[in-house]
Amino acid sequence: MIASRSVGLAGVPTRGWLRRRTTNGLAAGLVVLSAAGAVAVLLIILGHVLVQGLPSLNPAFFTERPLPPGEAGGGVAPAILGTLEMLAVAGVIGIPVGVATAIYLSEYGRGSLARVISFTIDLIAGLPSIVIGVFVWAWLVRNVVGQYSGLAGGVALAIIMIPILTRTVEETLRIVPDPLREASLALGIPRWKTILRVVLPTAQAGVITAVVLSLARAGGETAPLLLTALGNQFFNLDLLQPTAALPIQIYNYARSPYPDWQAKAWGGALVLITLIGVLSALTRWTIARRSRAH
Amino acid sequence: MASLVRAPADRAAPLGVLGSGGNRGDRVFEAVVSAIAACVPLLLIGIIVLLLLDALPAFLRFGGAFLTQTTWDPVQEKFGAAAYMYGTVVTSLIALLLAAPVGVGCALFIAEYAPLWMRAPVSFLIELLAAIPSIIYGLWGFFILAPLMRGAIEPFLKSAVGPLPVVGALFSGPAVGRDLLVAGVILSIMILPTITAVSREILRAVPDTQREGMLALGATKWETIRKAVLPYARSGIVGAAILGLARALGETMAVTMVIGNSSTQIRASLFTPGYTMASAIANQFTEADKEIYFSAIVAVALVLLAVAAAMNILARLLVWSVARGPRPTA
Amino acid sequence: MLTSLVAPPSRSTPAEEAAAGMCARDVSAWYGTRQAIGNVSLEIAVNRITAIIGPSGCGKSTFIRCLNRMHEVIRGARASGTVELNGQDIYAPNVDPVRVRRVVGMVFQKPNPFPMMTIFENVVAGLRLEGGYSNRALEDIAERALHQAALWDEVKDVWKRSSGISLSGGQQQRLCIARTLAIEPTVILMDEPCSALDPIATYRIEELMAELKKEYTIAIVTHNMQQASRVSDYTAFMLAEEDRIGHLIEFGPTSKIFTNPSESRTEDYITGRFG
Repeated sequence: MIASRSVGLAGVPTRGWLRRRTTNGLAAGLVVLSAAGAVAVLLIILGHVLVQGLPSLNPAFFTERPLPPGEAGGGVAPAILGTLEMLAVAGVIGIPVGVATAIYLSEYGRGSLARVISFTIDLIAGLPSIVIGVFVWAWLVRNVVGQYSGLAGGVALAIIMIPILTRTVEETLRIVPDPLREASLALGIPRWKTILRVVLPTAQAGVITAVVLSLARAGGETAPLLLTALGNQFFNLDLLQPTAALPIQIYNYARSPYPDWQAKAWGGALVLITLIGVLSALTRWTIARRSRAH
Repeated sequence: MASLVRAPADRAAPLGVLGSGGNRGDRVFEAVVSAIAACVPLLLIGIIVLLLLDALPAFLRFGGAFLTQTTWDPVQEKFGAAAYMYGTVVTSLIALLLAAPVGVGCALFIAEYAPLWMRAPVSFLIELLAAIPSIIYGLWGFFILAPLMRGAIEPFLKSAVGPLPVVGALFSGPAVGRDLLVAGVILSIMILPTITAVSREILRAVPDTQREGMLALGATKWETIRKAVLPYARSGIVGAAILGLARALGETMAVTMVIGNSSTQIRASLFTPGYTMASAIANQFTEADKEIYFSAIVAVALVLLAVAAAMNILARLLVWSVARGPRPTA
Repeated sequence: MLTSLVAPPSRSTPAEEAAAGMCARDVSAWYGTRQAIGNVSLEIAVNRITAIIGPSGCGKSTFIRCLNRMHEVIRGARASGTVELNGQDIYAPNVDPVRVRRVVGMVFQKPNPFPMMTIFENVVAGLRLEGGYSNRALEDIAERALHQAALWDEVKDVWKRSSGISLSGGQQQRLCIARTLAIEPTVILMDEPCSALDPIATYRIEELMAELKKEYTIAIVTHNMQQASRVSDYTAFMLAEEDRIGHLIEFGPTSKIFTNPSESRTEDYITGRFG
């Protein structure tokens, strides 16, 4: 027996022990409940989209344009096309700017300019998308172009894309180990070639993921497109005209009083979310495959 | 999300220390890349300047009253955005009150309670909530949540809390199902993943030595969290909440579909329909035929920009302070 | 005298001079599927300091963390064997690890005061868990603990104002010791308590340990052989060999281990041939 400290295990002070055990268990229960609840809500929402949207999906849905209310059939093909058009515009503007900025921040950035740019990227990323919509609306729609247009929509999406793309690509580039750069420079390869021929290809998978995912994010945006592209019931390849987009089509269908259109809204939602899901999964799977191959 | 926790100063300097040398290709490349990158701050300045210029007529005409008056009358050309600001504040606060505890709870689950194999899947699922586009939340809110609120939840709240003094005023009036409360609820689901993801990173930044120190004194798991982990992480979690709040402020589509968009009166009850700044813009921009109307709408967007930017900066400062570690007081 | 045990140690002989406070038998521990220590058996004598030495990676920290069931806090970690405290096995199925840690205290390698609490709050942190102490009682206990940790004079003016991390490294470690003393544990475990400290701070803590052992039972892990020979009454030498599992090679009175060890591996380590 220990002489000086006679409090053995059985004699541990039990003051409030039951209360402490109960609180511990309760807290654990609440924490588990929170997580379960969040996951449950996710599954409920996705479930509804699936169940309500599936009946609307047929070949016509993807190939035809919307028909007047009362006429059965029709589809959201102009909206899908319009979304792709505007994403193309957004990509043409956004990808070079985003990747260049990421290269600057990762490979050259030191000093106040880099800090300013980094801070600005974060700020723009935090702007509500409607504010960006208002900006492009005030700039292009009310002034430069003069009307709602797919071009304005593409520009708005580009502004939304750039911060996301820049941040993700910057992180990807930073992960490329410095010894790789040093080795290339030590061989006498100039800096710019090192970046283009060594660093970027090494980070290829991450860059592609970043591009795809930022496009997917932009493609789901509605608010900025409302104020810039406005929407269109017809197929439109003229970027200087109002252009349809899938999220806008969903919005208009949902607000309508016609059950058929409302059902099509769910169908559009299902298409949108499937696209985003498939793109994310595809890029993740491709990355995983590449890293396994190495 | 890890980049959110690392402050810019902590990022290692790039290899540029070696210098770009005298190679002409290098100089051209660096100039091109720098020029493109410099367009980003120019863009931000452009956004702020253009919005300021276009909003100026409204601010000049109405002055401070723009922020305090609720009258929004295009016909008489009187514009006051107070009702929109009120709607934004109320819905965002409701969202925060609902999402913060649940979000921190989810983060605690992932960081402290879940078995190792469960961490990645659960994190992934909760982040999926963030990937769902706003319009789909709007759709779900409009067709599923709103009827549920109108049919079951709001009447229940009205009968349970309505009779109470003071608090009861929040739940008075007819429960239409398209009001500030429903908007707040749908927003809370949308900002939950943000709060969870940032909080989770914050909790990971708390050193294990803190947990061990508390455990070694004979603390239960919850006591360790409550007394060692959460106090250490406190400012970071506040930052996470503010980031969530900032997201809620700017949400448009989900809100505009369930908030009613019909009243510019400020009333105590959460059952009243209303507007947020974002939903007001989305609803009215097509009607802006007069210059002053256009200017008023841009002014609302400018207020939204200012508030969202301020919250973002504040949140990041708080989050970085945890990552840097505590400083001794006194 | 506790007889030194020849590897593989399996039995401990009853003590004559010093009673056994904790008795570890066949303690093994795993991190996931990787076994870290195997069948370690030794005794921590009452009112004595028992040192555990060995090269890095030998599992000495893992072992000592098995003595207050801190090892299993790491996800995927587990331990087996028995550890008796006053005749009760702390690994018995119905024993709550939280209660074990209340009576077997631990001081860590890197001082870990709670930064959001004052010095006073740090010291009474363990007592506050239980609740039911008046402010007066807390102050009394805290003052006594700070005296015992030889920190009182340095903090008595600021202990309710300054944060726990406003102190120097050595002071922070003494604060952690005071925090442990405040709950009056039966055994105090120290996992390399001085390795993050400068020599002067180290010396002060060693002085402190010599005082503390009059009232407490202490086990210390150290990679500093000189410290072990200075400070401890009994020493255990652990080593991980080809199988990468840590075993107890030899255990006995410090004087014997350092002057006339029975095992050649012990002697090799003591004389600096490896590790």
